[in-house]
Amino acid sequence: MHPWLLATLGGVLIGGAAVLLMACLGRIAGISGIAAALIRPGLCDRSWRLAFVLGLLAAPMLLWLLRGDSGIGQPMVAPPWMALAGVLVGFGTGLGSGCTSGHGVCGIARLSRRSLLATGVFLACGVGTVYVVRHLLGGL
Amino acid sequence: MKLLVALLSGLLFGLGLSLGGMTQPAVVLNFLDVFGAWDPRLAFVMASAVLTTAFGYLLVLRRARPLLEESFKLHTVNHFDWRLIGGAALFGIGWGIAGYCPGPALASLSGGGASLLLLVACMVAGWWLASRLTSGQA
Repeated sequence: MHPWLLATLGGVLIGGAAVLLMACLGRIAGISGIAAALIRPGLCDRSWRLAFVLGLLAAPMLLWLLRGDSGIGQPMVAPPWMALAGVLVGFGTGLGSGCTSGHGVCGIARLSRRSLLATGVFLACGVGTVYVVRHLLGGL
Repeated sequence: MKLLVALLSGLLFGLGLSLGGMTQPAVVLNFLDVFGAWDPRLAFVMASAVLTTAFGYLLVLRRARPLLEESFKLHTVNHFDWRLIGGAALFGIGWGIAGYCPGPALASLSGGGASLLLLVACMVAGWWLASRLTSGQA
């Protein structure tokens, strides 16, 4: 299958997952929100969050069993950059209450102004960062 | 039943990410490289995910309550503040450095090696820091 068609199909699956979660549990399928709450003390609804993350983790393994290819690619930058990126992604999505799924997919689907703005900002900063790294610094 | 639904939703989400190429940081970084080797796949994933979700939400949110819970948990805040914009900016920079947003980072844990584990550990530390900073203010 053409990669663009697969990508479109992937998006439909992601949307289906978000609709399923809203229809049954009444929750936004925002990965950072679901996962970050797992480490918050005193929270009582950990179990469904854990189940969701387990499903997310199991998906590439299932693909590997079915197609012989998990779809997981290897990291592109050295460990210190991975560490910095991790802190920025965690702190940023925690502070901004959402990531590509919560703001970019679920929020935009609800036409939330906050999510539209957040998505514009993180896309612009992502594009800007890659421009600086690849075209000004010549790579990390 | 709730756990089964959550597990299935996570599984579908992860399958979508993997099939769409989002668990390959090279694909994500090339999407963000609009002035270079642009790869539009992320746009296809996002557009079809948004359309599917928007259509599904229209049907689902017409109901009084979800099937297995008492109420829909939707954010009703509608103002812009420095946390939203600053958080999104920092996230975008981190995303542009390594090519991982939270979903693909978690989904790649089984095959991304020690370096990805480091990124996820730092991401969790970042979540902890953010919750420390914002607790009591929200």
